[in-house]
Amino acid sequence: MRSSLIRGAATAAGLALVLAGCSTSTPNPGASTAPSDEKVTLTVATFNEFGYDDLYAEYTASHPNVTIVPKKAATSNEARENYFSKLAAGSGLSDIEAIEVDWMPDVMQTADKLMDLSGDDVAGRWLDWKAKAATTPDGKLVAFGTDIGPEGVCYRSDLFKKAGLPTDREEVAKALGTTWDDYFNLGKQFVAKSGGVAWFDGADAIMQGQINQLPNAFSSSDTEEVLIPLDQNQPVKDMYNSILKASIDDKLSANLQQWQPDWTNAFQKGKFATMLCPGWMLGVIEGNAKGVEGWDIANAFPGGGGNWGGSYLTVPAQGAHQAAARELAAWLTAPEQQIKAFKAKGTFPSQVEALSSPDLLGVKNAFFNDAPTGQILADRAKAVTIVPFKGPQYFAVRGVLSDAINRVDITKKQTAADSWAQAVKEFEALG
Amino acid sequence: MMWHHRLSRWDVKSAPYLYIAPFFILFALVGLFPLLYTGWVALNKWSLITGNQGFIGFGNFSYVLDQPRFWDAVVNTFSIFLLSSVPQMIIAIAIASVLDANLRAKTFWRMGVLVPFVVAPVAVSLVFGQLFADQSGVINAILTNIGLDPIGWHSERFWSHIAIASMVNFRWTGYNTLIFLAAMQAIPRDVIEAAVVDGASRWRTFFHVTVPMLRPTIIFVVITSTIGGLQIFDEPRMYDNFGLGGPDREWMTVTMYLYELGWGSQRNLGRSAAAAWLLFLIIVLFAVVNYAITQRISTTEGRPAKTRKVVAR
Repeated sequence: MRSSLIRGAATAAGLALVLAGCSTSTPNPGASTAPSDEKVTLTVATFNEFGYDDLYAEYTASHPNVTIVPKKAATSNEARENYFSKLAAGSGLSDIEAIEVDWMPDVMQTADKLMDLSGDDVAGRWLDWKAKAATTPDGKLVAFGTDIGPEGVCYRSDLFKKAGLPTDREEVAKALGTTWDDYFNLGKQFVAKSGGVAWFDGADAIMQGQINQLPNAFSSSDTEEVLIPLDQNQPVKDMYNSILKASIDDKLSANLQQWQPDWTNAFQKGKFATMLCPGWMLGVIEGNAKGVEGWDIANAFPGGGGNWGGSYLTVPAQGAHQAAARELAAWLTAPEQQIKAFKAKGTFPSQVEALSSPDLLGVKNAFFNDAPTGQILADRAKAVTIVPFKGPQYFAVRGVLSDAINRVDITKKQTAADSWAQAVKEFEALG
Repeated sequence: MMWHHRLSRWDVKSAPYLYIAPFFILFALVGLFPLLYTGWVALNKWSLITGNQGFIGFGNFSYVLDQPRFWDAVVNTFSIFLLSSVPQMIIAIAIASVLDANLRAKTFWRMGVLVPFVVAPVAVSLVFGQLFADQSGVINAILTNIGLDPIGWHSERFWSHIAIASMVNFRWTGYNTLIFLAAMQAIPRDVIEAAVVDGASRWRTFFHVTVPMLRPTIIFVVITSTIGGLQIFDEPRMYDNFGLGGPDREWMTVTMYLYELGWGSQRNLGRSAAAAWLLFLIIVLFAVVNYAITQRISTTEGRPAKTRKVVAR
């Protein structure tokens, strides 16, 4: 099945190029031309929960000529496979296709198969880093931002109290300091008195937070990917060594791998006191730590702001109704609508205007000791300054690093030095 | 007259081929074509995202053969295959012989052994995930309670294979049991009665009458479980939530390796196709070995072998 889809790619690529050519000659058909009354049926493909269910009805009420057919994939992996095979094949995609931020390296490679969505109507709508991540080097906007995952630090105030650390979230934010060293130093104070409770869940979770603060972790150019050989990549090597030193030598890590059963069960047993916490993680913690009291969230993040996850909407150039699709996508991602989606499903908005909406700022989370999570996460979103460049091989290299860290932190089969040496070999095998 | 004669001759000659044609046409479309096309992909630099980047000959094959990971995957595959197939076969024959005895509520017990087979693999992996968790798993909790050391189910290569093999056995033992049961019921009762009359014990009857008469079925089950076992994917992939086979690829099988090459981080369909072809060649090699063994058994045994073949059908 797959091979036949890919075989179609060669012939269909030509067609897609023609379509893309049309859309570049008239950059924004949707932005410039007034909507016609012509009857159109638009398919919108999303995954998990985007919170759009009620919005579709609202849109069709004000646009009677439009019929919306939603498609919802159960997992983003399923959606991803469908997206790239049909994008390459040149047909079969919905008029609007949702994508996840992790697909961006591949999306950027196939930017010519997507409509350029830029236009005055959407200029400045999103946080700079959110829009920049969806813009090609030559200035084409390939996707409209929906939600983001700004990161704070979640912590167990009861465990903090036992170890003699501050518990109030303002004071905790101050105590956490600004750098990763500050975060690790507070951790050392904590584990000295915690009676076996670790500071954070696992070393790779910390790597996830830190690596996204490097503007260009693995490549020497940020317009085209030029991989830096791993053995010569000093910033990444330093990061690796300092995280493993904190995790193993200073015993800050609970040696847990996120999403594994041991990690899920550790919430009930209180095996660690802090976690790097994107907005969507709050629900995960609440689910895993049901009945556990003491979770709170601090308005701080080591090393500057951080973002983990988030999604976009794209309009594939293979679609027959691109102008109408762009109009709908622009409407769905407008601040007012994103706030409604946030209220429905908790998808945290990436639009500047939405971040100052009273609907968002007023949100409190009862499980996290009534923390004003709306305000905290909005502040955290504004603290993000860096848009890490992620080329086609980014996740391959990132995977090599994850494995290297987990061989030391989780399975404890290798020393940091041995595992690094193996990672260098695995990196070379990617070429 | 001549014309009609010729037509009916043509009919007699060609009809059998026409009758079997649908299978072969379907096979050519969904079996042979993908096989050959995969071979073509393997000879090119071929990206999942950007398509064919040009012919590179056997570069992908030499890349895959050079990777220690590929050979790790081959060893893992055989290890998991042996750890699952051998006990599975023995247990399946044992359960089948119990079910073959005169039990009350026969159908209930016979359906019962098939229940694990209809449980979705995802559900099986969730349950076994809780059993085999390193720190919080049920099995390690029991081990520590009786004073033993916990086992690193996800850090020790061998134990991860044991855990995965137990998932495979859970699923497939019942299925094979029913095949063996069917074969046992086809054994003529008078043969067994004759052994009993001659004063053979139940064990002796089982090992010297029942098991030898099962031999063709055993060969059939060995061949099918070899083909399935060498392509094992679901259970090891779902053994953790990342599906890569562990940080040092402790339980990565060949099919997982080719998936990682093609759809994982590298997105390299050319290398993936090369790994697929190498797996195909390994399976062909095994099929030839199996065939040789089967031939040996049927030629060295003379007359009794023929009756056994009839039994198997």
